Amino acid sequence: MAKELWKGNEAVAEAAIRAGCRYFFGYPITPQNEIPEYFARHMPEHDGVFVQAESEVAAINMAYGAAGCGVRVMTSSSSPGISLKQEGISYIAGAELPVVIVNMMRGGPGLGSIAPAQSDYFQATRGGGNGDYRTVVLAPATIQEMTDLTLEAFDLADLYRIPVMILADGMIGQMMEAVEWNKPKPRALPVKDWATDGTKGERAHNIISSLFIDPKDCTLHNHKLQQKHDRITQNEIRFEEFMTDDAEVLFVAYGTTARICSAAVLKLREEGIRAGVFRPISLWPFPEKELYACANRGGVKSVVCAEMSMGQMIDDVKIAINGTKPVHFFGTGGGTFPTPTELMDAAHRALEGV
Amino acid sequence: MAIVYERSRGLTDAEMHFCPGCTHGVVHKLVAEVMEELDIIGSTIGVASVGCSAFAYNYFACDMQQAAHGRAPAVATGIKRVHPNHAVFTYQGDGDLAAIGTAEIVHAAMRGEKITAIFVNNAIYGMTGGQMAPTTLIGQKSTTSPLGRQKDQHGSPIRMAEMLSTLDGCVYAERVMVVDPASIAKAKRAIKKAFTLQLAGAGFTMVELLSTCPTNWGLSPIEAVGWLKENLVPYYPLGVFADKAEQKEEATR
Repeated sequence: MAKELWKGNEAVAEAAIRAGCRYFFGYPITPQNEIPEYFARHMPEHDGVFVQAESEVAAINMAYGAAGCGVRVMTSSSSPGISLKQEGISYIAGAELPVVIVNMMRGGPGLGSIAPAQSDYFQATRGGGNGDYRTVVLAPATIQEMTDLTLEAFDLADLYRIPVMILADGMIGQMMEAVEWNKPKPRALPVKDWATDGTKGERAHNIISSLFIDPKDCTLHNHKLQQKHDRITQNEIRFEEFMTDDAEVLFVAYGTTARICSAAVLKLREEGIRAGVFRPISLWPFPEKELYACANRGGVKSVVCAEMSMGQMIDDVKIAINGTKPVHFFGTGGGTFPTPTELMDAAHRALEGV
Repeated sequence: MAIVYERSRGLTDAEMHFCPGCTHGVVHKLVAEVMEELDIIGSTIGVASVGCSAFAYNYFACDMQQAAHGRAPAVATGIKRVHPNHAVFTYQGDGDLAAIGTAEIVHAAMRGEKITAIFVNNAIYGMTGGQMAPTTLIGQKSTTSPLGRQKDQHGSPIRMAEMLSTLDGCVYAERVMVVDPASIAKAKRAIKKAFTLQLAGAGFTMVELLSTCPTNWGLSPIEAVGWLKENLVPYYPLGVFADKAEQKEEATR
């Protein structure tokens, strides 16, 4: 199939439509406005529903209601708006509903800036809402990868009955790249016999709820969720390695930052420094064993975790490396990018310390 | 022997958790009977909220979703957009609908969302133990207004039926009470009319039901009925505040 030029925000919306999503509920916020705008334009062509909600809070709860009826549904926002959705995400996780959520991250905290950032890693991977829950978090580095992951995100959400977050940033949302429309590998998906679509007098009523008032029931529910989280950790780890085979210094970075790290790696190799990139694609589940193996199988002397934040993923990187290699950090917060030169300097410093 | 009364098929067999004298049970019964009479138990989806209404999902025999505090109208919007031909209702108390969920109820009404809000107003937070509600009367004592609600501190109580009726999308808003056979029969007619208008695609409908909370009012069930009539009704007048039948005709044309 021919490649087409797509803007990131529009591509993620089109990917959702191609995945069979016919319900989108959103609220405007920069830098993701092209997502609701795309749905507003194109849902009518597919007999789909677009609702501009009164708030992000309402939008995520509309998604809850629709998902509870068994349909594929998406909502999107950017960092401050995602904060408002956290209550709903916790309820969606508790009620085990499949919802796909897009976060085109911008600088924070608070209103922060409208420029690209990666400072919602904690919120996305730790759960910004209350309770023991997990959200599958997929972090694309290209628009091609974002469309592929979005198509698959709906399958993952349906398969595990769990919220799935596409975690990108304003850079990926706003830029244009060539996209080829792929199909995800076919999966056997469970029948949604739990959905509230009317009993038709043929079955007992279905209940969508995250309330388990008896603590014994709530404990059982938490164990059931944990077993699901364990299955996802077993089956859904995603990562990519770039020039890691002989690397002496290993960058660990995701999304936009990983792309800049790859540019730095090529320049470092021109200088004779063997650098590589380990790029987690699933941020939860985090490729913990895979990163450990990558950092310990060859001649890696030092690790540099690079983020467009003041240091969030580095916690997971340190847990994975488990003290076997020195872990350094380079980050920029608030909406600015690291340059390849800054990352090269960080690699030099990391090697000097060894 | 002729059967003169039966438990509605719109209710499950689950034992209700409500306190003695509380009128939630009556409201449940009325909604259930309306669903049965309209023959829509199998095609209705209800939304329980947070508060004493939280366990409504156990009591109604139709499919149910349980919403976060105040968000029932947003959840109901999501459901209705998937199932435009099904009846969808929210079951909310005054804390849920008139405090934390004001944005959601106002905008559901503004959109003319074709749902029915069953609004139980007992002027207090019941489930959490008797705190002040936005509907608590001036001077009424609660655990968070121990000296009585002060106007200069907390403002005057909110009249939701009147407020929502100002919105074009709200085609039907009526306030009723559930204290005796006559008022209960009237309340049922209001609920039935709201559901009927919803199913005709007319727009947003709501019924506000003045209800008792003997436990948190510190009154016996009988005293609570008297207190409701003497205190709530004068501030929250009974009646129809919106009835835009022409919109129903438009919708069905």
